[in-house]
Amino acid sequence: MAEYLIKNGFVFDPVLGIRGDAADIAIKDGKIVETSAVKSPKVIDAAGKTVMAGGVDIHAHVAGPKVNIGRNFRPEDKLFNCKPGHGIERMQGGFSVPTTIRTGYDYAHMGYTTVMEAAMPPLYARHTHEEMRDTPILDQGAYPVFGNNWFVLEYLKNHEIENTAAYIAWLLRATKGYAVKVVNPGGTEAWAWGLNCENIHDPVPYFDITPAQIVKGLIEANEYLGLPHSMHVHANNLGTPGNYQTTLDTFKLSEGIKPNSKFGRDQVMHHTHVQFHSYGGEGFNFESKAPEIMDYVNTHDNITIDLGCVTLDETTTMTADGPFEHHLTELNHLKWANADVELETAAGVVPFVYSANNKANAVQWCIGLELGLLAKDFMRVFLTTDHPNAGPFIRYPRIMKWLMSQEARDQQFDAFKHKDKVIEATNLAGMDRELDLYEIAQMTRAGPAKSLGLAHMYGGLAPGLDGDVAIFDFNPNEPYAPDDIEKAFGNARHLFKSGVQVISDHEIASNGNKRTLWVNAKVNENPQVMRDVKEKFLRYYTVTLNNYEVAGHHYVPNPYVIEVDATQ
Amino acid sequence: MTKTVTDVVCPFCGTLCDDLEVVVSDDGKDLLEVYNACAIGAEKFLHSQAKDRITRPRMRQEDGSWKEISYDEAAEYTARILADAKKPLMYGWSSTNCEAQSIGSEIGEAVGAVMDNTATVCHGTSLIAVQDIGIPSCTLGEVKNRADRILFWGCNPAHAHPRHMSRYSIFPRGFFTGKGHAGRKIIVVDPRVTDTAHVADVHLQIEQGHDYELLDAFRVAFKGEKLPDFVAGIPKEKIYEVAETLKSGRFAIIFFGMGVTQSIGKNHNIDAAIAVTRDLNEYTKAAIMPMRGHYNVTGSGQVWGWQFGFPFAVDLSRGFARYNPGETTSNDLLRRDEVDAVFVLGSDPGAHFPFSSVKKIYNLPSVAIDPHETPTTEVCKVHVPVAFVGVEVGGCAYRMDNVPIETRKVVDAPEGMMTDEEFLKRVFARVKAIKGV
Amino acid sequence: MTMAIRVNLITGRTIQQGVAMEAGKEKPAYTTACGIIELDPADFKKLGTFRSTNVRVTSNHGSVVVKAVEATQGPHPGVAYIPMGPWANMIVNPNTYSTGMPTFKGVPVEVDVAKNEPVLSSLELVRKGCRGELA
Repeated sequence: MAEYLIKNGFVFDPVLGIRGDAADIAIKDGKIVETSAVKSPKVIDAAGKTVMAGGVDIHAHVAGPKVNIGRNFRPEDKLFNCKPGHGIERMQGGFSVPTTIRTGYDYAHMGYTTVMEAAMPPLYARHTHEEMRDTPILDQGAYPVFGNNWFVLEYLKNHEIENTAAYIAWLLRATKGYAVKVVNPGGTEAWAWGLNCENIHDPVPYFDITPAQIVKGLIEANEYLGLPHSMHVHANNLGTPGNYQTTLDTFKLSEGIKPNSKFGRDQVMHHTHVQFHSYGGEGFNFESKAPEIMDYVNTHDNITIDLGCVTLDETTTMTADGPFEHHLTELNHLKWANADVELETAAGVVPFVYSANNKANAVQWCIGLELGLLAKDFMRVFLTTDHPNAGPFIRYPRIMKWLMSQEARDQQFDAFKHKDKVIEATNLAGMDRELDLYEIAQMTRAGPAKSLGLAHMYGGLAPGLDGDVAIFDFNPNEPYAPDDIEKAFGNARHLFKSGVQVISDHEIASNGNKRTLWVNAKVNENPQVMRDVKEKFLRYYTVTLNNYEVAGHHYVPNPYVIEVDATQ
Repeated sequence: MTKTVTDVVCPFCGTLCDDLEVVVSDDGKDLLEVYNACAIGAEKFLHSQAKDRITRPRMRQEDGSWKEISYDEAAEYTARILADAKKPLMYGWSSTNCEAQSIGSEIGEAVGAVMDNTATVCHGTSLIAVQDIGIPSCTLGEVKNRADRILFWGCNPAHAHPRHMSRYSIFPRGFFTGKGHAGRKIIVVDPRVTDTAHVADVHLQIEQGHDYELLDAFRVAFKGEKLPDFVAGIPKEKIYEVAETLKSGRFAIIFFGMGVTQSIGKNHNIDAAIAVTRDLNEYTKAAIMPMRGHYNVTGSGQVWGWQFGFPFAVDLSRGFARYNPGETTSNDLLRRDEVDAVFVLGSDPGAHFPFSSVKKIYNLPSVAIDPHETPTTEVCKVHVPVAFVGVEVGGCAYRMDNVPIETRKVVDAPEGMMTDEEFLKRVFARVKAIKGV
Repeated sequence: MTMAIRVNLITGRTIQQGVAMEAGKEKPAYTTACGIIELDPADFKKLGTFRSTNVRVTSNHGSVVVKAVEATQGPHPGVAYIPMGPWANMIVNPNTYSTGMPTFKGVPVEVDVAKNEPVLSSLELVRKGCRGELA
């Protein structure tokens, strides 16, 4: 493999603790190495440019059944944005739900190299893997959903942590999954009857268990196994004014639990797209409770969160929170797709237009940014849009601009139709904090990598880490306009993925060697769980047990398996 | 000695039963018996063993006779007609696996083809309706475990999806449906007294072609508003009664088929059926599902969805993906003479397109890739027989509820025969060479 | 004395059609399964002929000879049924009305007795049709 030496760039790297000093970064055999270790490298002149590790997205909906529902039922999402293939690039199309090909390229253009698919219905694992296979460049993994799974509900009703853990290990292997995802715990099972669970003590119909028991039990099972990532939750009551109390209640379920993982993470709960969960007030008088939420996050170091920033675009919402999507279609009267999945989960998909003319949407925009600006530790607070729910991922550079520039935020405030009411319901207008690129690198690289238990591979530029390096046309030491940030970080000049140059002078130069990450957790033999699995497949599933497991080269052609031993 | 292969997936219809057992000879060459399959599925497995099966590509001669050619010659011809055409039609893609579909997409991109699948004459209008109004749906296991109101509208699973009723919809006992059939109310809407109607509690023998009116009447009845005395030939009392039956259920499911997608009104009928389902969700839980025909027509819509963004009728001829049913759909293209070569794989338009379209195929450079001898192979210039997917080679297929299942290989294909995927790879290599990419 | 009748034609799957198709469309069983028109007893009466008589079915879009049999899933007076396949496709309405979907169901047709005309096999039918050799 070629050797590279990236010379004289302004490096921002939380792993090495470099805050914009000029430094050289060397790549050899797919890894970052000491500069002395390369003999005759290809030299990339990065003088006057910004150098960071490849970006890591901890939460995005980019592959799988509900994403494809979004693509197929929204031809209008492809209007005026299709791009012909050329050279090694295949045809691309789509805005809020881009084709897999575009997904890979657009992330690469932003300097991202690792993207986690945030919700994989286990029965549809093959579909998710086929889409990831056809997404170029990126390393990816997918989180199977557990929070409404009948096995989990039955085990945790009696607090059977060991059985839950054995089932998790089995399902991760069967689906080639990466982490334990929980979406609207219990509420999605209730949705199978058209109902919901509206707080953490609202019992699940028939199963006689509460969301609190599910979340706490899954944290414990996750730590029993010592998985790389923590339990990753989207709490009950998403999107409802006054829901911040449910969010705080959910946070508190992590109290007193310590991480048990060899993978270097410090949290036992990752709460995703917190913007959607930080609402006070009621009805149309809803308001920001970001300060209350961030007070909690800042003072409890065993949780991490991601923002879920609203980008004020027309987008396509999609979530395993089935009752929420039904609520949304009642609200905006746009088309609605729903897909309930036997014994496991559900999903809903509804287009949504976030408008600067709508007070509620503007308040949501403020809340997402407030969460970021109120954060004390950016190794625990990550930049996302819950793509495509609060906005498409291609807006990350715009969010960086808003986080880094009060001037940019003021411009947006001035564009709001109900500016005064928005300011009244939020706190953002009074905040003058401007994040720097070091903090951005924590939020988009080192932080998510650590939370995922992948700090030994991604998120930094220390020798031994994967050769994932992005170079942007941005000189932090010269005056710049806010829009320069968005422009530079949306269009990397060069990008290296595992030591391969995938972008050269802004052009896609290689489709890379994408890998699929999954976790193989070994547990002691558990005859009861295996008997339960057999019985459920015999009686309730519509596929046989032998046809359930994802196996075969055509689903996971280039696996990267992370082994976990929980037999002790 | 023989051996039994279990958990075999049936490559016939969208029901995609995965519990077949197939007995094969010890050397894995002969398929002897098939258990658990319906009559059609069993025939599909057994026919692969036909002694008169065509095992080598052949080309039509001037005098109308066939001449055997090699797979290389067939690949060359296929690559050549695709590369030479301005706007070739690559049609079918429903009786093959997702891996072949995927390579087909790449060929389509390289030659600027129009990609269309059998949804175009099946549930294409349903896909259009979903783009208008969405679709609240579920997996078939939700039906098995929860549904107590089953409505079949313009579909006849007793004939078209023979094991659907026993595996998923009418008879099975599931988690919340321990009484099986006895706990469910079955409603059939069909202009004929179909064999499915015979198992129903209520059969509404609708006047053919008046589905939209009756569906709308249900929406009126849900709200308790006034109806005329008869709608689509059904007395209003009956409509109010059935509306009440649906509303009073815990979980209602509507299955619909060609009766609504192919009758006049087309996608608008489906719009109305989905609106009925949306309305029902105000009162209880309800879902709706198209009864997809070919075992993997759903899969080709998925593959094109993630690669191009559209589930059928994808026109790649301008270098990027375009979609405009009525313009980029196979029958419209053929009837208007807008394509200049025809490639068919995994379907039989010769039998299932209106004859005016078939005649157009006959007059164009054309190739049919199909294990069977069919009316399509009869009108095409080259016929490339291939291994049966799901019998002689595995691969991914998507069930009618979009659940992907890996089909199984149970016996070897006859010596020297290629699979769809292998043949397409060879064609792609030739296309790249011709196009210089 | 027989006289032509007008009926509303629909097409679709039958299990016999499915089995015969998988067994081979070139085989006689496929013609037996699909080269037919199912008529209601009331329509047979109007047509004034016996079951299993060959009839010519004609629409605005074409014409085909099939064997008339009694409806298996009736009664459905005024509605006739030809299983999906090349025979039905000689006479269905190919117009898609900008949906891509030909109008396979609900085609007005005329049925007339054609005792002496043969029902062609599927391959013969399309071949002759393409070559313009059909009557």
